[in-house]
Amino acid sequence: MTDLVREAGTRGAPASSLRDRERAALAGSGHLQVAIRRSTDNMDGRWRGLRESLPGAEELREAARSLRSAAITRLPELLGQLADNVEAAGGRVFFAADADEATGYITELAQRRGATRAVKAKSMVTEEIQLNARLAEVGVTAVETDLGEWAQQLDGEPPAHILGPALHKTQADWVRVLRPEGYEGGEDPDAMCAFARRTLRPRFLDADLGITGVNLAVASTGTLVMVTNEGNGRLTSGAPPVHVAVMGMERVVADWPEVDLLLALLGRAGSGVNFPTYVNCLTGPRRESELDGPEELHLVIVDNGRSKILGSPSQEALNCIRCGACLNACPVFRQIGGHAYGDVYSGPIGAVIVPLLSDGNHELSHASSLCGACWEACPVKIPLHELLLEGRAQHAGSERALWRAWARAWSSPRAFALTGAPAGLRPPQALVPPPFREWAKGRTLPRREGSTFRTRWARGEVLD
Amino acid sequence: MRVGLFVTCLVDLVAPEVGVATARVLARAGHEVVFPEGQTCCGQPAFNSGYREEAATVLRSTLRALAAADVDAYVAPAGSCTTMVRTFAAGLLDDDPALAAVAPRLYELSEFLAEHGGELRGRVRRCSVAYHDSCHMLRELRLRGEPRAALARVDGVSLADWDEQRCCGFGGTFAVRSPELSVAMADEKLRTLGGADALCGADPSCLMHLRGRLEKLGVKTPVRHLAEILEEGTRP
Repeated sequence: MTDLVREAGTRGAPASSLRDRERAALAGSGHLQVAIRRSTDNMDGRWRGLRESLPGAEELREAARSLRSAAITRLPELLGQLADNVEAAGGRVFFAADADEATGYITELAQRRGATRAVKAKSMVTEEIQLNARLAEVGVTAVETDLGEWAQQLDGEPPAHILGPALHKTQADWVRVLRPEGYEGGEDPDAMCAFARRTLRPRFLDADLGITGVNLAVASTGTLVMVTNEGNGRLTSGAPPVHVAVMGMERVVADWPEVDLLLALLGRAGSGVNFPTYVNCLTGPRRESELDGPEELHLVIVDNGRSKILGSPSQEALNCIRCGACLNACPVFRQIGGHAYGDVYSGPIGAVIVPLLSDGNHELSHASSLCGACWEACPVKIPLHELLLEGRAQHAGSERALWRAWARAWSSPRAFALTGAPAGLRPPQALVPPPFREWAKGRTLPRREGSTFRTRWARGEVLD
Repeated sequence: MRVGLFVTCLVDLVAPEVGVATARVLARAGHEVVFPEGQTCCGQPAFNSGYREEAATVLRSTLRALAAADVDAYVAPAGSCTTMVRTFAAGLLDDDPALAAVAPRLYELSEFLAEHGGELRGRVRRCSVAYHDSCHMLRELRLRGEPRAALARVDGVSLADWDEQRCCGFGGTFAVRSPELSVAMADEKLRTLGGADALCGADPSCLMHLRGRLEKLGVKTPVRHLAEILEEGTRP
């Protein structure tokens, strides 16, 4: 496991700089970029096509934006209502202020139940709180059951994409990862899937705990809505005797019409399908009259920095429904991949929320050319490029003296003209100031031919 | 119309030929062109780096210089600087009278020509042009048809098929903070250039970056601002 990848699974400030991680990702064989392009172009292309062909797509996105913003504005009230209704249906609810409280609750539960085996459906928030490592400390082996996430776990890597955790892996990578598990076939996706199904099926049946994320939690009925593409979420939540659902506190929605709209957008934006393959709506644990389902349902609602974003200029970041569309559209993500961001959240949304949630890794807000392709792709229209600018402004400071001097000079036309004088020269490399030296490594330095525009205008040389 | 040229810092200091071409094209379309003295920069380099106060200082001085001119409209040969004034400036300057005077009357060049270009027509030798959609112009100003319509005023110009909408990797100070990444982004885009006779755009900053990369790679494809192609095609 490279240092680059190891850091991606940790929280807070990575030891390396963003630029070092970018360089490391770019210096590879190029397989990373080929694999990412293949998957993201596919998903982004389908979503782009749907945005053009779906009648009223723009209005749907606007409506989703307002609904999400309204829910986030009412967050404390909706969370209270959700907790009441989950408990009324027989579930238990725990509010975790941070990662330690969340993992502490779950490990205590595991110990009380004498659990040693857990199955998990893919969940970003459990990656965020480092749940698998905490479970291992109390003797619980957690097996990821999303195919891509399982490959990542076997490979000792954190997910590299919100939706497709292993989308950077080639078919050869897959064979390498599955070989130690007993896979004997070749690079045939169907054979590999069949092998995974055979290997994972008994794990569901043997598990003491089933751990899932939550895509949307419906306050009005206390229902947890969970989306998967492989059906593993259904087995994870239904087969083991205890179901632990973990959600970021922003996942709550007021009522079902929101679910209808958001799921329609989630599937389309995330993978270009009209509706997600498996949608589970879970209200409470198994009732007496029912044959299937867990004996206990625990909902862990995680804050872990989210309430600091409430009421801040970046509040709209909480509207995110974690579809991954911004990653697929991002020209930076496709070059450096998810791990170079140095956190479990990557891409434009990662560059916005990681510094906010962890109060570290602030330079991530610079991991963007601010092209706005993320904003264009976001199904709930989060102005991600503006939030990146906000992040930069929040943590500006180290270059203050430089920009102040620049502002003084460039607010004076005379000083402006003087600073521009060297643009007509092509100085030797050693005399080129540092920022321009960085520029010149991969590009020729621009050189003005002749006088500045203002000089030509003053001399009457401009018009015919 | 009487048109004030907002030439932008990069054109003034690094690519004055773009300013000259813009002024001549506007004049040939029948407008009276003036250059409001005292303008410098829209402040975007500092704004994009997170230094809003410093950006506001520079932006304010330029807006004041522009607002002092007695003109009907302003034209900039740069989508990004136009966006800075029209879209981002409002969050930076509260109730600034100079902003209120300039922003509603500021046009990007091809946008202005779409409304006020009259019968401007020209001709060049047959030439396939790869037009680069710069990000602010495409996604903030939503100008996609306008620059192509401006090119269509010049007989002989045809549009080449390439990866026109993907970001070129310039991104302002991004290009020096993350130079390797910035160059990799340029390369991905430039690989689709194919046999186009010229690369053309309406943002001098993207063009400076793309030209610098092509030169470094030893590729001879000329990089021309939209204004330069229009100027060449409409020479009297």
